[in-house]
Amino acid sequence: MDWNTLTSIGLKMLGINIAFVVVLMIVAYTVLAERRVLALMQGRLGPNRAGYGGILQPFADLLKFIFKEEIVPDKATKFIYILAPFIAIVGALMSIIVYPFGPDVNLPLIGTVRLVAAQFDVSLLYVLAITSIGVYGIALAGWSSNNKYSLMGGLRASAQLISYELSLGLSLVGVVLMSGTLDLFQIVEQQSGWYGMQWNLFKLPFPQIIGFIVYMISAIAETNRVPFDLPEAETELVAGFHTEYSALKFALFFMAEYVNMFTVSMLATTLFLGGWNGPFVEQFPVLGVFYFLGKVIFFLFLYIWLRGTLPRFRFDQLMNFGWKFLLPVAILNVVLTATIHFVAMLF
Amino acid sequence: MTTLLFVLLAGLAIGSAIALVVQRNPLYSAISLIGVFIALAGLYLTLAAPFLAAIQIIVYAGAIMVLVVFVIMLLNVEEEERKPLRMGYLTVIAILLAAILFGEAGFILYFIGNSPLEPLSPNAVGNASNVGLTASIGTGLFTTYLLPFEITSVLLLMAIVGAMTLARRVGLRPTDLVIPGAQTLTRQTLDPKAIGDATEVESSTTAEAARVLGLEGVPRRREE
Repeated sequence: MDWNTLTSIGLKMLGINIAFVVVLMIVAYTVLAERRVLALMQGRLGPNRAGYGGILQPFADLLKFIFKEEIVPDKATKFIYILAPFIAIVGALMSIIVYPFGPDVNLPLIGTVRLVAAQFDVSLLYVLAITSIGVYGIALAGWSSNNKYSLMGGLRASAQLISYELSLGLSLVGVVLMSGTLDLFQIVEQQSGWYGMQWNLFKLPFPQIIGFIVYMISAIAETNRVPFDLPEAETELVAGFHTEYSALKFALFFMAEYVNMFTVSMLATTLFLGGWNGPFVEQFPVLGVFYFLGKVIFFLFLYIWLRGTLPRFRFDQLMNFGWKFLLPVAILNVVLTATIHFVAMLF
Repeated sequence: MTTLLFVLLAGLAIGSAIALVVQRNPLYSAISLIGVFIALAGLYLTLAAPFLAAIQIIVYAGAIMVLVVFVIMLLNVEEEERKPLRMGYLTVIAILLAAILFGEAGFILYFIGNSPLEPLSPNAVGNASNVGLTASIGTGLFTTYLLPFEITSVLLLMAIVGAMTLARRVGLRPTDLVIPGAQTLTRQTLDPKAIGDATEVESSTTAEAARVLGLEGVPRRREE
């Protein structure tokens, strides 16, 4: 191997590490933001003692998780019980590498760098594949704990995830039809017209508004968040699938949930909101990173907002809504997009 | 590098497949099968077929195996007990079939070893470098292979219709179907003796549905 290959591999590694650290830090502060914003919405203060305004709270929480006692229930299926949190966190983290954080930027000393860790032909399908593996973490955690509440949580999670995965996948088909590629970087590049405002959400001939709404609803269901948080409904199931988990293993599940929120928001940003596109990105490419993270943080705020606003669904409502409303609407969106796209190509 | 990857992935696939057969706990078997699928996806990647690899994981590991794990969890299947074989002569047949399979594999290896590989012309439809890409698979499915593709779709549709017919024929009682909350169901869904009767029945509770249908105190069919 010559020097150039080695440097490019080293740069890739560095890039992946930076992406992971940035994502994990944002995730840690999402937890803090959730507690503070939720408290604000409910007329409380929230955690504000560790550091200025609670700024060190995530690290205090992490230390607490590390020093708590690890408990493995006697009747648990040990191997799967320990494996499950790892599947959950790996499934959540692995999809980060394909998201374009920004356009090609000129960095001093290094040269032109494309701000995406891995770019390949089927990166959208890769994201869907990795997400669908993450289900096992929750399902197996529920089963291996040997606890009825956990099992119920695991069952609910798998039923919910396979139901909403369909409408999630179908809601993305519209965007794929319009862009004609599964490569996330190219999909973002195609949305750069209109001074960086030609997002798929507004793009002619058929703005993907229906697809976006269906995607957001199914994404919230996929990440098990309010109002679709039935797998861990604390009023019915104690804590659902992670009832028997303590210390760092619980922290892994907790982190996986927030990383999933983050990646789902990144996908929404990339596909519907133009990724790093925005005004003046052509002149100042570095601005793209801020646009991208800003849009993602908007979605994270949306999650917290929803949690402060909506009550939980009942399970039959959840299933009826997914299969009888969301799925037909997603299919309708695919048919409409295909037809209008075809007609527009004729003229 | 490619050889190393192949050996790793093939080893993982074969190891998981052996674990799948040997394990006595059905859930462990299911997890081993997921391992097989993931290893196969990796092998597709080394063959420059990224689309196939992604679909392999989405469909098999992500959808079908989730359903299998779901059913195993729901039924709480016990560990399988070792029983003496009922039909001993099957062992002989199995050994014979395995011998034929290994013979075929050996023949193919011998055949490939003796015939020189001819490189495909770069303009051929089946050019190895882009045959696995999404665009070429899509073009193939909707032009050259349209008929087989449509026939497969009809086959899948038939399977769905068949599953629905089977589920219908069991005959469900209000206790099976009615969930709290106002809803409208047809009479034939609730009463197995009234197949073909599509009169709508309004019900908001189990007891109410049973009363409307005049089925109070009637046991469920499975208990009959």
